[in-house]
Amino acid sequence: MENEVKLITGAMVTFAFAVALLLIIPYFQIRDIPAPDGLKPYTTAELRGRQSYIANGCHYCHTQQPRDSSFAPDHTRGWGRAAVPADYVYDRPHLLGSMRTGPDLFNIGVRQPSKDWQLGHLYQPRAYVPDSIMPSFPYLFDVKDEAEADETEVRLPPEYQPEGKVVVATPEALDLVKYLQALKRNYPVIPAEPQ
Amino acid sequence: MGPATVSLLSAFLLSLIALAAFMWSMRKGLFVENPRAAGAIFTEDELDKAGDPTLDAEGRKKLQQAITDTIGAGLDKGRSQRDIEDPEQLEDRIETDRSTAFPAFTFIAFAMMWLVLGSTAGLTASLKLHWPDWMVSEAWMTFGRIRTIHLTAVLYGWITNMELALIVWLIPRLMRTHLRGALWVMLGGTLVNIGFASAIGAIGIGWTDGMEYLETPWQVGIFVVAGFVCIVGAILATVINRKAHEIYVSAWYMVAALLWISLLFTIGKFPGLHFGVEQATMNWWYGHNVLGLWFTPVALGGIYYFLPKVIGHRVMSYNLSLLGFWTLAFFYAQVGGHHLIGGPVPEWMVTLSIVQSMMMIVPVVAFSINMYGTMRGRMKLALYSPTLRFMMFGGAMYFASSVQGSFEALRSVNRVAHFTHFTVAHAHLGAYAFVTMVLFGAVYFIMPRILNWEWPFPKLISLHFWLAAIGITIYFVFLTWGGWLQGLAMLDPARPFMESVTLTLPYLKWRSVGGALMWTAHVIFVLHFLAMVLRFGPARTGAALFSQQSRAMEVIHGK
Repeated sequence: MENEVKLITGAMVTFAFAVALLLIIPYFQIRDIPAPDGLKPYTTAELRGRQSYIANGCHYCHTQQPRDSSFAPDHTRGWGRAAVPADYVYDRPHLLGSMRTGPDLFNIGVRQPSKDWQLGHLYQPRAYVPDSIMPSFPYLFDVKDEAEADETEVRLPPEYQPEGKVVVATPEALDLVKYLQALKRNYPVIPAEPQ
Repeated sequence: MGPATVSLLSAFLLSLIALAAFMWSMRKGLFVENPRAAGAIFTEDELDKAGDPTLDAEGRKKLQQAITDTIGAGLDKGRSQRDIEDPEQLEDRIETDRSTAFPAFTFIAFAMMWLVLGSTAGLTASLKLHWPDWMVSEAWMTFGRIRTIHLTAVLYGWITNMELALIVWLIPRLMRTHLRGALWVMLGGTLVNIGFASAIGAIGIGWTDGMEYLETPWQVGIFVVAGFVCIVGAILATVINRKAHEIYVSAWYMVAALLWISLLFTIGKFPGLHFGVEQATMNWWYGHNVLGLWFTPVALGGIYYFLPKVIGHRVMSYNLSLLGFWTLAFFYAQVGGHHLIGGPVPEWMVTLSIVQSMMMIVPVVAFSINMYGTMRGRMKLALYSPTLRFMMFGGAMYFASSVQGSFEALRSVNRVAHFTHFTVAHAHLGAYAFVTMVLFGAVYFIMPRILNWEWPFPKLISLHFWLAAIGITIYFVFLTWGGWLQGLAMLDPARPFMESVTLTLPYLKWRSVGGALMWTAHVIFVLHFLAMVLRFGPARTGAALFSQQSRAMEVIHGK
């Protein structure tokens, strides 16, 4: 090649082609999808919890996109029906995820609604799932002599209870659990397009 | 009209267009080989001469002997060896090298720092996956943050800085004119690195935009974009003011890639524009393009330059490199959707990306045939030249990782491999075994030109190569294997999910072993670099970074 104008023009044309196909057309195809009746916007506390889900990188090991039964046994595992674009109307940023080092969490609020379980599991996952490789998050909790009146004490299995101390959840942990409890996509939807 | 009729009709139309394109290219003489353009990087004296600056006198003699032997074998019959653009290249090259020495050195020094930090974070993250209660007391230590610090430090800090160094150093050489706007390049480098450092700090404290490869908060991204604008301006000014008639292959890749990454990053970080699953399509369009339109093309440009330089022999076919470049530009930009197979996004887009992923075989095979043709009968030169060894390893792994990637995009394979460690292994095959190995080779080639000083301990270069090569092999083999088993376990509804976790543990431990070898290789590499910069160790030549009286050494180093 001897002409830099041809080089740069060509490079920009192929790039523009990809932008049109992968960004612009899907943008207009998805833009006007309405929120399903059963889906509520996140509350402020849930949004704070969602931020801490993002800040601690939960989405690097947990997806939020159950797949169709013809593709993978996600439904059989209790992870919910196949997700559709309408389920994500309130999600900014998206948290679809790319790894299943741990299970899908799109419907964790349906599957495991217990606040006590969620708090204890964040404090020490191996107290509930012996072979889990999820990190423990002690920094979301305080270990002290006794809980104040307005604090939430975490009820752990006895062998994981620090001796003579109590574990209380920080506000961040409580918000995070509120977000996890809100992950419920068990309302009916019409599939966006035939699969 | 049914779908069968439509597809038959479009196949017929496509073949008519292809036939027309073929006839046009025959008329334009595009099938006639152009050795002059392929040899644009050589002066008359340099063909058939060894060009590995990492070697001492003894090593250089051995490599030269091996090259001379291959000529004796009569490999080049019927090809004009002496058809060279301009014999005065060497003078230009000394001038350009002087203009790029300091900017290129700055980028390399930053890259070195990020390499150590990034691989330390990577090894830590790897260990954390099988020691989940290790280092959990503070928020910044948690797996989700350390892993992201690793990714940002190696992909942006190491690879991006190093590729910028390569572009800044090589483009003026190929254009045969001094670097224009060196101060702008330095300013750009500073801004970009302020951006990367802030991004890593932000991730540590939990401030992130939350999308893979795009974690950098957009406010910090402004620094990065501003930095890229400065660098793009200077590089384009250099290209426009060039003295060289022909733009060599490496420069196509590098100039295009620099423009692509600037646009990619700007679109990806644009605040408030993206939403819901649309953001997911954008995320993976960006995520794959940062590999395909930034890391890959610059590394390929590096191979197209360094490999012929070391063996003193031009690349086999100029036309194949044209084909490889344009097909890569077209197909690679559209493969991102294969990350969302089975996901809640428009099905047609995913299918399009799968098709283009398969089409990626075209540029990969074009490149590989070209490099194989260039190296044919000369493979054993790798025994004598460490730079060549890095380049050949990288080139071979480009083929391996791209072909693997094409097949991984097929729905049947993706069902198993997606969401598992298999994908992580694949990413490291591309970003490490291919791109990073080429960049290692490039540092070894460039640094003696920048400092006019040779590598003090050539044996460490071999040690670095073998530790890195064995490390990534262990890493890739075990993680691929474990990831595949993990995928099979997840697909089997009869097996509990936890089985897919526990069965990966031995493989995750082996990954840490491989990672530890790679980490050791990097520490040796960076210490060697420091020894060279600080003039520690045996003095092998005697000129300083900014010395004006090093003419004699520069001519030796001019190659």
